[in-house]
Amino acid sequence: MSVPGAPRGLASSGQKPIAEILHPLSAAEEPLSPGPDVTEDVRGDKEAVLTNGTPVETSSPASASSLLNRLQLDDDLEADGLDLYVSTETRDLFVTVDDPKKHVSTMETYITYRVSAKTTRIEFDLPEYCVRRRYQDFDWLRIKLEDSQPTHLIPPLPEKFVMKGVVDRFSEEFVETRMKALDKFLKRVADHPVLSFNPHLNAFLTAKDLNKRQGLALLTKVGESVKHAAGGYKLRARPAEFCAMGEYLDTFNQKLGTIDRIAQRIIKEQSEYLTELREYGTLYSSWAASEEELQRPLEGVASSVATCAGALEDLSENMSQDFLPVLREYVLYIESMKNVLRKRDQSQAEYEGRLEAAVLRRQEDRTPMPVEVEKCQDRLECFNADLKADWERWQSNKRQDFKQLLTGMADQNINHYEKCQAGWESLITLLQDKQTEDKSGETN
Amino acid sequence: MAENGRQELVITDAESEQLAGERSLNIVVAEQGCSLLRRMEICVAEAEKRSGKNAVNMQEMFTVYLIETRPMDAVAEGRNPAPEGRNPAPDSLWRRYSEFELLRSYLIVTYPYIVIPPLPEKRAEFVWHKLTADNMDPDFVERRRVGLENFLMRVASHQVLSNDKILYHFLTDEHGWKEVVFETGFQAKADSRLRALSATFRVRNTNKEVINITSCGGSPAVFLAWALSDFLLTFSKGTRQRKRFMDMKHYSDELQSHTSQLLRARARVADRLYGVFKVHGNYGRVFSEWSAIEREMGDGLQSAGHHMDAYAASIDDILEEEEHYADQLKEYLFYAEALRAVCRKHELTQYELEVSSQDLISKKQQREELATGVVRSFSFKGMTNKLFGQEAPEQREARLKLIEELIAEGEDTVKEKTAECEEHVEKAWVDMQRFEEQKDKDLREALIHYAVLQIRNTSVEQCQRVFPQDVKLKPYPKVFLPL
Repeated sequence: MSVPGAPRGLASSGQKPIAEILHPLSAAEEPLSPGPDVTEDVRGDKEAVLTNGTPVETSSPASASSLLNRLQLDDDLEADGLDLYVSTETRDLFVTVDDPKKHVSTMETYITYRVSAKTTRIEFDLPEYCVRRRYQDFDWLRIKLEDSQPTHLIPPLPEKFVMKGVVDRFSEEFVETRMKALDKFLKRVADHPVLSFNPHLNAFLTAKDLNKRQGLALLTKVGESVKHAAGGYKLRARPAEFCAMGEYLDTFNQKLGTIDRIAQRIIKEQSEYLTELREYGTLYSSWAASEEELQRPLEGVASSVATCAGALEDLSENMSQDFLPVLREYVLYIESMKNVLRKRDQSQAEYEGRLEAAVLRRQEDRTPMPVEVEKCQDRLECFNADLKADWERWQSNKRQDFKQLLTGMADQNINHYEKCQAGWESLITLLQDKQTEDKSGETN
Repeated sequence: MAENGRQELVITDAESEQLAGERSLNIVVAEQGCSLLRRMEICVAEAEKRSGKNAVNMQEMFTVYLIETRPMDAVAEGRNPAPEGRNPAPDSLWRRYSEFELLRSYLIVTYPYIVIPPLPEKRAEFVWHKLTADNMDPDFVERRRVGLENFLMRVASHQVLSNDKILYHFLTDEHGWKEVVFETGFQAKADSRLRALSATFRVRNTNKEVINITSCGGSPAVFLAWALSDFLLTFSKGTRQRKRFMDMKHYSDELQSHTSQLLRARARVADRLYGVFKVHGNYGRVFSEWSAIEREMGDGLQSAGHHMDAYAASIDDILEEEEHYADQLKEYLFYAEALRAVCRKHELTQYELEVSSQDLISKKQQREELATGVVRSFSFKGMTNKLFGQEAPEQREARLKLIEELIAEGEDTVKEKTAECEEHVEKAWVDMQRFEEQKDKDLREALIHYAVLQIRNTSVEQCQRVFPQDVKLKPYPKVFLPL
């Protein structure tokens, strides 16, 4: 089913002029720079929303149906759990990261994680794989992906460096947080229609021994050339949509930073409150010791307060473990995205520069347009299309993630309140029982 | 106004609401054995700011409180439709806080065996930072008004205190009251603090030994040892009494220490909680700003922002409500002081009894010496006798007669002091029991209300105010709020 000659992963390869290929994941086609005959219709819809059943013409008819399936979009944002770009029924690669284990060797101590993959794809020899990888390996994968797919947005990894004195690299909390982030990273890569077919990912998931020094020789021409784009070109006019993206990313970054700061402040204030609250609770206990009739009520209050304190501690911990990491991950994502935008700018600058030079020369001595220029244009158009597609994907994932985040926060708060209420309600039942006991005692 | 023991007491809530002014907190307590409240309704209806010259002739601002009273039979008449109008206007007068203090001082001196209800605090203490410690702050004034009314209710419902004439004048005679109270000369009767202090010191020492003895398990050797000592106490009754009072005094110390620690801790907790809520308010602005750059998520974020603002604002009411609980604790903090005062008075009466007993004994000793001429202990008389020779028989007669008179006086004094002591012990014990019951009941109710308050503040509505409706919430079980 694979098309000879075309590396399947890169549907937007330079084999056909881009104008004749509708990018499988792109939105409205916009006329790019003047090039060979452009005959496709331009969709007037500026909103980058995919419509169902977009006819896709790729060099591989067989891939069309699976691509089509992948394009089954659910516009309804309220649908929980549905990944917008990949419906679970047609997903054919499942990955998980779990089971952290500490390895102690003479040279170093490090943690490895179990990476499991289940798949029906033919690129994989076996239907199931299970390997152990460490953070370094994930880092390697990411770098390889960035190098080989420079036009795409690569999901971020959790922070590489941790200050040894400040954070315990081997604490359960830290390892847990990191593992969740690695899991997310891998899932995002696996869900990406282009990245998931990257041979480096394949190697990562299957190879017994990841020989990282061996650069896999499957870097495409597109990848190479974009990577080596000369830096001396100045960008003239960035298309509006990319400007908007840049602005959005800057503002979003700022807001995330503020939210992160606020969240940290809240955690700090909550911890101080917790200290005072615990002491407050114990005072009721010590008072109870000097009372008779009031001993049980006072002990009851002490225990209710302790319940609330415990519930708050859980809440704070959850906020640290679930909320903050997502914020930080998106900050890293924004960084990644900005890098990609910069590279796109470079690509455009290079194209424009070469074009200008070529036009000048043609005016002078009728030299025809060099192939280089056309290739640049192709690359640029490729880049733009990939970027826009990834942008949409990123936006929808972001919406999903944050909705989940806020819902999760709400759930946890409700949970917290429930626990506190239960604590106080049990006290009231205790006291009221005693009251009715007394009353019946009096009337008897 | 006839004070009729069988008079109709019960006034229902509905009727009292009818009778009460809109803003007055009318609590009509129909308790058995409370005389004053059977005769009249009392409430502290309003507070007003006044200005005037104080003792050093400087302009100052102060608050006065309106006390309204209405005789019960007039109230009863009010229920029978009378042509002249149903509700006679209540008698009312204005009082300053200092006048309440004067009344209380009088009661403390006049009824030293009663645990006198305390006044609300003079200055705002145990304040968490948001509340000002300003006496003019309207919330503080309002809470004080409630506290003063509570004070009057407690006094007027006390079996003993409610019969006091001065109390009656306080409630009815706006300008003449002060004269009347000063005429009683109560200030002179007030035990000087120095005497009370020395009594405490002296009695503490003797009490230590009392405790040692009573806790030794009563072995024969110990009993014998005690019997040979110089103590004046009769063993069983006196020590048991002393122990009870000492326990009570110890308890009053404990109560005071626990309530004050609790109040301080509560203020700190309130401070911190305030901080937590207010920081959440910062989310409000960020979410709003963020919503501006989003398309699909915009509305959800905007509404989340609004809810965060509401959440942050809600803390003010929550903490204001808790102040009432704090006031209840404060009342018992001050009650602990009143309880200790009763115990101190007991020590003082004991001390005075001991002093007068010692005095009597020494006088009797002197008489013996004079009569027999045998000098047992050192005395100037003995010395001068040796130096200058014995005195003439007439002189001795005269001196003997004087001593006899003094002894007679001394015996009367001892009888008096003993009676005083016993009276105090009896009455104080009754009142301390009453106090203990009242305290148990009041504090238990306070704790229940505190729990209810906590439940209300952690309710689902509270939660839903925080998180927007478009965020899917799990179906939440109905919360049953007892009481």
